Amino acid sequence: MERSTLNLWVGIFVLLGFFSFLMLAFKVGNLTAGGSGTTYSVVAHFDNIGQLKERAPVRSAGVLVGRVRSVLFDPVHYNAEVTLAIDSQYQFPKDTSASVLTSGILGEQYIGLDAGGDDKMLKNGDEIKLTQGAMVLERLIGQFLFSKAQEGGTSKDGADKGGKK
Amino acid sequence: MPLDATLRGIRQVGDRTLRIVERVGATVAFLGLTLAQSATSFRRFGLVIREIFYAGVQSLIIILVSGLFVGMVLGLQGHETLQNYGSEQSVGVLVALSLVRELGPVVSALLFASRAGSAITAEIGLMKATEQLSAMEMMAVSPISRVVAPRFWGGVFSMPVLAMLFSAMGIVGGFLVAVVVIGVDDGAFWSQMQAAVDFRHDIVNGIIKSVVFGIAVSAIATFEGYEAPPTAEGVSGATTRTVVSSSLAILALDLVMTAFMLKGWN
Repeated sequence: MERSTLNLWVGIFVLLGFFSFLMLAFKVGNLTAGGSGTTYSVVAHFDNIGQLKERAPVRSAGVLVGRVRSVLFDPVHYNAEVTLAIDSQYQFPKDTSASVLTSGILGEQYIGLDAGGDDKMLKNGDEIKLTQGAMVLERLIGQFLFSKAQEGGTSKDGADKGGKK
Repeated sequence: MPLDATLRGIRQVGDRTLRIVERVGATVAFLGLTLAQSATSFRRFGLVIREIFYAGVQSLIIILVSGLFVGMVLGLQGHETLQNYGSEQSVGVLVALSLVRELGPVVSALLFASRAGSAITAEIGLMKATEQLSAMEMMAVSPISRVVAPRFWGGVFSMPVLAMLFSAMGIVGGFLVAVVVIGVDDGAFWSQMQAAVDFRHDIVNGIIKSVVFGIAVSAIATFEGYEAPPTAEGVSGATTRTVVSSSLAILALDLVMTAFMLKGWN
C-alpha cells in the first residue's frame, strides 16, 4: 500500500483514539476543567466512622467540595483520624463542624461539613474540632431497647409498690 | 500394575507442567530479545506505522461494532435489574464503570488476539516456512529487528487506542439504549456517571491494563510465529496456540491487575 495512504489511515486511527480518550476523561470521568486540581488537607477526629472509606466524598450543603484522603486509627486518642482533601476554591471557617453521614438509607457514607461563623479560615494542616461520628444502627436499637426496658421496669416497680400498700 | 499406571499419570502431569513453564519462559526470553533489537523500529518508524495499520486500523470495524453491541446489552441488562431498586438512572454508572474498568480492555484484547494476533503469527510463521527469515539472515539483516520488533510495537501501540475506542463506543451504545430507547433521564445518566467514574483510578487504570494486554498478546503472537514448525500444520497449530494462550494470559493478567488496583499496592 502507498505510504501516504498508510499514514493517513494511521493518523485517523490515532486521532480517533485521542478523541475517545478526551471523551472518557471529560464526558465520562470527572476530569473537568472546573475542579482546579489543587487541594488543601484538613484533619478531623471521629469516635466512629462507620463504613467511611478513602476517596469518599466530602460535601457541604450537598455540593461535592473534596474527598477523603486517608482514614487511620489514632493510637493516642483511640479514635479515627480522617484526612480530608478539600478543593482550594472552597474556603471554610475555623469552627466548621464535620459529621459522618449516609446518602439515602443504604447509600455510601460521606462527610458533611457545616460552616461556622469564624472570621479565620481553615488552612492546610488545620484540624476540625467539632465532629460527630457515624450513627451505628445496633447502638441506636440498643439504646432504644434499654430505655424501653427502663420505662417498663419503673412502671412495674410502681405497680408493685402500689400493691404492697 | 495399578501403581505403574498411576506413576505414568503423575509423570504425564509433570511433563505437561514443565512444557507449559518452558513455553512461558521462552516467550519472556523472546520478548527480551525483541526489546533489545527494537532500535531499528524507532529509527525507521515507517515500519511500525505499517504494522499499526494492519493490526490497529484494520481491527477498527470489529472493535467499534462489538463495543456498541456490548454497551447496548449492558444498558438493557443494567436497566432491567436496576429498575427493581428504583434507580434506573444509575445505569450510566454501571455501563461506564464496567466498560472502562474491565470490559473495554479485556474484550478488546480478546478480539485483538483473535483478529490481529493470529494474523501476526500466521504471517511470521509462513515467512519462516518459506525461508524468508533465513534469507534475511543470509543478507545479515536480523529478522527480529526487521520483522518481529515492528509487529510487536505496532500491537503495543494499537491496543490502548482500540480499548479506549471500545469503551467510548460502548458508552455511546449504553446511552442509545438507556436514554434514547428506554427513556432514562439524560442529565441524570451523565451526571451520575461523572460523579462515579474517577479519572486516575478508573480510566488510567483501564489504559494501563490495555497496555499490558497489548504487550502480552504481541509477545505471544510474534513468539509463536517465530517458533512455529516450518510446515503447513506447524503454522496452523501456532495460530491456534496464539489465540488460546493469549486469551488465557489476558484473563489471568486481568485478575492479578484488578486485585492490585482495587486493593492497592501494599
